[in-house]
Amino acid sequence: MYTKKECVAMLLAGGQGSRLYTLTEKTAKPAVPFGAKYRIIDFTLSNCVNSGIDTVGVLTQYQPLVLNEYIGNGQPWDLDRMNGGVMVLPPYQGSKSADWYTGTANAIYQNLNFINRYDPDYVLVLSGDHIYKMDYSAMLDYHKKMNAAATIAVIDVPIEQASRFGIMNTEEDGRIFEFEEKPKEPKSTKASMGIYIFNRKLLADYLIADENDPNSSKDFGKNIIPAMLAAGERMYAYSFSGYWKDVGTIQSLWEAHMDLLGDDPVFNLYDADWKIYSRSSVRPPHHIGSDAKVVNSIVTEGCEVHGIVENSVLFGGVKIARGAYVRNSIIMNDTQIREGATVSYSIVDSDTEIGAGACIGEAKESGKGITLIGSGLKLPHGATIPAGDMVNEQYLADKKIN
Amino acid sequence: MSVQGIIFSNLHDKNIPELTRRRTMASVPYACRYRLIDFTLSNMVNSGITSVSVITHYNYQSLMDHIGAGKDWDLARRSGGIKILPPYMTAFSNNQNALYNSRLEALKSVNYSLSRFTSDYVVLSDCDVICNIDLNDMINDHVKTGADITMAVKRVLLTKESCKRNVVVDSTEDGRITDVNAYPTNVTGYRDINLNILVMNREYLQSVVLDAIAHGYTSFNRDVLSRNASRRNYRIYKYDGYFATISSMEDYYLHSMELLSSQENRDLVFNVKNRPIYTKVRNSAPTKYSASSNVRNSLVADGCVIDGTVENSILFRGVKIGKGTTVKNSILFQDTVTGENVFLNCVVTDKNVVIRDGRILSGHESLPFFIEKGKMI
Repeated sequence: MYTKKECVAMLLAGGQGSRLYTLTEKTAKPAVPFGAKYRIIDFTLSNCVNSGIDTVGVLTQYQPLVLNEYIGNGQPWDLDRMNGGVMVLPPYQGSKSADWYTGTANAIYQNLNFINRYDPDYVLVLSGDHIYKMDYSAMLDYHKKMNAAATIAVIDVPIEQASRFGIMNTEEDGRIFEFEEKPKEPKSTKASMGIYIFNRKLLADYLIADENDPNSSKDFGKNIIPAMLAAGERMYAYSFSGYWKDVGTIQSLWEAHMDLLGDDPVFNLYDADWKIYSRSSVRPPHHIGSDAKVVNSIVTEGCEVHGIVENSVLFGGVKIARGAYVRNSIIMNDTQIREGATVSYSIVDSDTEIGAGACIGEAKESGKGITLIGSGLKLPHGATIPAGDMVNEQYLADKKIN
Repeated sequence: MSVQGIIFSNLHDKNIPELTRRRTMASVPYACRYRLIDFTLSNMVNSGITSVSVITHYNYQSLMDHIGAGKDWDLARRSGGIKILPPYMTAFSNNQNALYNSRLEALKSVNYSLSRFTSDYVVLSDCDVICNIDLNDMINDHVKTGADITMAVKRVLLTKESCKRNVVVDSTEDGRITDVNAYPTNVTGYRDINLNILVMNREYLQSVVLDAIAHGYTSFNRDVLSRNASRRNYRIYKYDGYFATISSMEDYYLHSMELLSSQENRDLVFNVKNRPIYTKVRNSAPTKYSASSNVRNSLVADGCVIDGTVENSILFRGVKIGKGTTVKNSILFQDTVTGENVFLNCVVTDKNVVIRDGRILSGHESLPFFIEKGKMI
């Protein structure tokens, strides 16, 4: 017996995120660590909870182990509910067919049975790839007010970047009359955020029709939205203003971390009215040693800092030895930076050991790009990694660094 | 082998009235993000004890708030889990069932719950013990020696002054307890002190409590341990890891600072493999150090925002240190906020204290300046 829900959220978390290189070698992109104690998906999940949405299907496909384990029963987000809560939805084998999720629309299509159990009026489709705080309930109110069939959240982007996005061309009242995917000559700056609210029954109809179309690529942006527009459905753009950052590249992931720093950070994690929830690991308080210097940085539980840390983000259990110097960098869980090592403008993944006196990357000002060190690596004493390199086991073997 | 845990949440409340006026000893904040009961609870959970009863007295609202359903210690269980045993007062109460003052009276007051235990063994622990102990080893020792009671002790150097705060235990060479001195006055040198952690056979505990009810006994040390030591098999279990017990505000301050000053102590408490210390998850954001921050030798919890200078101090969750402010040798509890250009030395602030711009406050190591909960200065 299921109780009716007004709105069910479907969170697309199957993305591979190949532009994050080794960070997503063994994890799905939404499970990539972010902001010292979070993972990317925490922001979307917390948005759901803070918006009063308590039924969330998480669609997984690529490397789901870490993500499955992380979400667990949903307790950290208060999503361990008797009715609803969070449910991980992997692709499955049915009696008639078995298939991977072949596109975003297909993923939702394959889980219409999950949605229908709660008999919702609306379905909120989300992706777990962005860092932002958004009240979906305000968007739902707008959707209802406009009596829309579908509402798409949009954000103003600079016109010169608009051709990288799906652009919504709208009437004055927000009604969408045209959708252009990555237009060469954009007519508006309203970029789709990949956040949709649909009337459930209508969405089901379009998904079923799309599924039966052999030429469709089963994608919301490419197929479902254009089909609905072509049929003249009432579709509205909901303008969102605020911080919204795709963290799909090493560069943007680094930038998003830097947005957390400063006296008046671009993205504020300390907002008591919009808490970001995460699954905590059990760690003691962090310790700043007598010779340490920590400025303009974020540090979390379990860290031991004895060196110098500037403009950086330290995840749980990171150890920075005496004389080590970390600047403009992101150091993930349980990584150790030994005596006298220098880490500049780099992202160092978890459980890595940077040997004494090693030199990783170069100052940002050199213009040579961000250095990435994969997880679980052991860089020997005095190793030097040139700026901009992406280091994994293969790299160490090729360069004979061991 | 099944083991039941019993925790006394209040027994030593009188020791630090500053901190226990509105809370139990069990819920006294400690080491940035813990409450004292976290150490005892974690020791039990890490030793596979999944059924724990917490005996309370008064002021236990903060304790219940901290423990909740026990989820954060993995004690929210269908079978077993954590149970709070509130004071047992019947309707039409008279002085016959007034609140207890001692360990034995506390046990008598929960006799009904005790009588329903079915485990083979019971571990009894107080809340003022800060240590990371492998109780399994102690229980195995208890089983192997066939003791009625096994008591954890630690050998320490006692002075004429420090002996008064401890219970001194005498034992034979092979570990059998011969005497328990609850009020030592002139005991000096290396002696074993009671750590207030006991292992007992469940049935024996039940019979001790019934016997105490029948005879009107009130003191566990005097009426059980001392009285029966020659007849029963009471034994010591030697523990030699880190151990601190909080018996005064001065002690509280000293032991907190001891944790700060020594990596070894921190490792012995917090970084023992497979034995983490659990606490209530508060979901704070990580701690932010601004460009003007200057932090040396300090323990810092999550959720702090630091714009000033902090030296040799302990900051609990959500503490804010303003620009131009210097905090030295101090312990600031959860959500303490200091304004700009404040100077603090040897200060202990309780929760939600606000110290406004420009205030200068100083105590001394032997008498830390304590500011009670919610005060604005």
